[in-house]
Amino acid sequence: MSALTFEQIHQRLAGKFGEAVGPLQPAKKDPFCTFAPARLLEICRFLKSEPDLAFDFLEDLTATDHPKLNLIRVVYHFYSYPHRHMFIAKAEVNRQISEIDSVEQLWKSANWMEREVYDLFGVRFKGHSDLRRILMPDDWVGAPLRKDYSEAGGYRDISNVRDNPLDLYLSMDRELKAQQAAAQPAAGSQSAAAPEQHAAPNPPAKPGA
Amino acid sequence: MALDQLVMTKFGETAGEEMILNMGPQHPSTHGVINFVVHADGEVMKKAVPQVGYLHRAIEKIGEIVTYPGFMPYTDRIDYLAAMFANEGYALAVEKLLGLTVPPRAQYLRAISCELNRIASHLISLGSMAMDIGAVTPFPYALRERESINDLLEALCGARLTYNFHRIGGVGFDMPDDWMPLCRKWLDHFDRILDEWDRLISFNEIFVERLAGLAVIPLEMAINYGLVGPNLRASGIEFDLRKAHPYGAYPDFDFKIPFGKAYAGAYRGGVVGDCFDRFYVRVLECRESVSIVRQALDKFPPGEFMAPKVPRKIKPEAGEAQSRIEAARGEMAYYVVSDGGERAYRVRARTGSFLAMGIIEELSKGLMIADLVALIASLDVVAPEIDR
Amino acid sequence: MKELIDKIIVEQLGHDPQTWPMAQGLYLVGMMLVGVLLTTFGAIFAGLLSWWERRIAARIQSRIGPNRVGPQGVLQFIADALKLILKEDLIPTDSDHILFRIAPYFVMTGFILTFVVLPFGYHLSATSMNVGLFYVVSITALVVVGILISGWASNSKWALFGGIRAAAQVVSYEIPAGMVILVPIIMAGSLNMHDIIRAQGGAPWDWFMFQTPWAYASFFIMFTALLAEGNRTPFDLPEAESEIVAGYNTEYSGMRFGYYFLAEWGNLWVMSAVLTTLFLGGWQVPFVSMAKLTAWEATGHVPLWYYLASAAVFTLKVLVLVNIIVWIRWTFPRIRVDQMMNLCWKYLVPIGMGLVVLAAVTELLSYQLFGEAAKGQAKVGSIRDTLHFAFFLVAGLVPFAAFALKTRRNIYIVGDRVDLSNW
Repeated sequence: MSALTFEQIHQRLAGKFGEAVGPLQPAKKDPFCTFAPARLLEICRFLKSEPDLAFDFLEDLTATDHPKLNLIRVVYHFYSYPHRHMFIAKAEVNRQISEIDSVEQLWKSANWMEREVYDLFGVRFKGHSDLRRILMPDDWVGAPLRKDYSEAGGYRDISNVRDNPLDLYLSMDRELKAQQAAAQPAAGSQSAAAPEQHAAPNPPAKPGA
Repeated sequence: MALDQLVMTKFGETAGEEMILNMGPQHPSTHGVINFVVHADGEVMKKAVPQVGYLHRAIEKIGEIVTYPGFMPYTDRIDYLAAMFANEGYALAVEKLLGLTVPPRAQYLRAISCELNRIASHLISLGSMAMDIGAVTPFPYALRERESINDLLEALCGARLTYNFHRIGGVGFDMPDDWMPLCRKWLDHFDRILDEWDRLISFNEIFVERLAGLAVIPLEMAINYGLVGPNLRASGIEFDLRKAHPYGAYPDFDFKIPFGKAYAGAYRGGVVGDCFDRFYVRVLECRESVSIVRQALDKFPPGEFMAPKVPRKIKPEAGEAQSRIEAARGEMAYYVVSDGGERAYRVRARTGSFLAMGIIEELSKGLMIADLVALIASLDVVAPEIDR
Repeated sequence: MKELIDKIIVEQLGHDPQTWPMAQGLYLVGMMLVGVLLTTFGAIFAGLLSWWERRIAARIQSRIGPNRVGPQGVLQFIADALKLILKEDLIPTDSDHILFRIAPYFVMTGFILTFVVLPFGYHLSATSMNVGLFYVVSITALVVVGILISGWASNSKWALFGGIRAAAQVVSYEIPAGMVILVPIIMAGSLNMHDIIRAQGGAPWDWFMFQTPWAYASFFIMFTALLAEGNRTPFDLPEAESEIVAGYNTEYSGMRFGYYFLAEWGNLWVMSAVLTTLFLGGWQVPFVSMAKLTAWEATGHVPLWYYLASAAVFTLKVLVLVNIIVWIRWTFPRIRVDQMMNLCWKYLVPIGMGLVVLAAVTELLSYQLFGEAAKGQAKVGSIRDTLHFAFFLVAGLVPFAAFALKTRRNIYIVGDRVDLSNW
């Protein structure tokens, strides 16, 4: 029941797998190392079965998208209940041909998490028992969490393109001023009811500070 | 299989005796909008396939659009029944990126608000579990107690459900002057309510018979499928992040960790890791939370409630940080990647309910439909945590 | 009732009922009047019970319940009925239209027809059938036909679930109910409801329930079986809201939906009335012994206050039982289908059979021991009477007192108190 540090675990891995395990990145708050995707399953099996490491809990399986490097990094967080230590690893996948082995046979928690990465990033996991979309509807097109994702004009009959409400209000303002200028007193109440469009417009809006 | 093939057609069955039913998405007892496609042979199910995503609001994508402090209200909506935990997790992750230390008073305020919120969340979970089994009365009792917690938290931070109380570097507001005696008075009252709860429903014969020995999750299976929190502890392991990897003010407190011990009793068929254990572990956790809040109020330190020198525009240097907290529904892990700008590069919230859903299809083989309802309730899943 | 009309024909109109051609017409008018009266009573009671149940449920759950429509909300059921009548009458396109429409009427018929034979008081029932009890048991079986039809005709899988569950449940629990009904029949020697009541007495230890342990056990088995027949919690699987939304009445809306609930609440009266008749002494007024009653009957003039008192006593007993059933609904969770079938076939049926045999043996023995005094109400001071009183103390008074004290302790230990101020 001894907790190993990141460096010690990394040494064990590097000793066994050599080149396939990248160097431990300097600790920008949480050190990680990179696995070669080709030997991912082997390394993970070692992580799980080695008694000193005993990573029996796949805590998190997610991904980050780096369009400038043309990479999607699949991030794995491992944790060991017997030893109470954790480890973080990444595997890099090409953005166009995004395929990688699935670790579902080792940790069943990977089932749903890999489906989520497939759904939101478009990474295919080879050997997954049931790879289909999980959060988005089944006939959705595109991988929403990619940095270059832009929505299609709508989904089935529901459009997601709306006029900017600010433009609408400005035009209503202009109309009102024109009316008031034309007809003098008793400028009656504007009967134009503002339609209830309150969704954010399509491109990422300026964030509220 | 495409979605259309799974949906019930007009006369439509698959070959043989199997009936395909949709339980949800609007259903009185799936906790939130979740759909279950149930393949049933009479009352006994062959399997129940969950379909989620009805409440997907793209919160992780929004994390890349808004600033670091601006994302805090969105974390409330990740689990609106236990929002304080979501707040705290995100705050911890960003503080790790910035290298901030939170003053002790703020840590105590975080611990108090989180433990009160844990009690509130468990009350809803227990109440709705009783209601799903058919006893309607415990639910209003639980809500009645939760109203007092809502009032207390409203006095702290101004909101009853989506608190937005924690900030990056501390908490948003200090404790009002007259808050402590009110809280203590309520804690004394709540102890007896928990005893009444045990008398009313916990050990009710019919209730125990419904839940004992149902959907047993052995420990290896629980760990492999990634169950966390009370679900994992009910399978027999005494593991709690507040003790194993303490954060915040938890090292100062002395509390036990309830774990599954076949509380239903062997003569009723109770097994470690059955639905009744998952239920009763939550009842015991309420008691522990009451004890923690009492200790926190006794030892409450003076000082600042916000770290000094928190920059107005939060721009952590490039890097990534992960924070894990013991939320009401299990361990919530936040993974924040920063590229040096004002907005995060990636925010990821891994919630306990998401992992718990993965086990339902496996466990549902051979259960009855009434048991499926009990199973979902015992896993305490909420749709916002699953879908984010 | 026939005697009453005959009396009117002979005395007021001066005709011979056998030969007068209009007699049949008067009978018909009489029947219709009684039918309307009983249906109205059943419906109004069901409506008021809906209000009462909601107030009790609310009080149990720390809330208030309907208290706005009319004084204390009493007219809530009229508001609900109006709302239901004014609703759109939705019939799903793919359902079986004819069956969908008539299913509620099966349920209503099965429930209303039992009122004909219920003894509301001394000589206060529509008929006094020789096979009254048998009639009640067989007529209530119509309800399950209605439920099954509605489950099938709705063309919805969840409704079908509810209908099948209901059929399984009601048909199964007819068996223990029917078996355990034999115990008071053996003790009374008749199927006539009024005869069964006359074989009991006014005081609690003269009721069948406290006369022998078998009758005591039979009361509880009968209570359970009737809860199951009436689809009340803990046996409300057919309409289990949290599992199959509303079971067999998922697709119903408007007044058709209302009929099901009318029948369910009205059934509470029927169930409690049957239980009262069989086990709790029916309309027997305390402190008026059967000897006195037979003496009055011999003179041909039973005082009016006795009629009223018997009706009041019967109503009181029935209302106590109704309240207990309501109380149980809001306290206990629901039992599962296979557990329910288990309970019925593996426990209640064998125990019921055993109880019938034991009751028969006891009756024979009691004839050997007491001779003719074995029938009817025991004379005060006799051995039989002492035995009954002793059993009443042990099986009735002590558990009741213990339960009351425990309940009081439960209330006060939480810091609560019995508080009707926000009633």
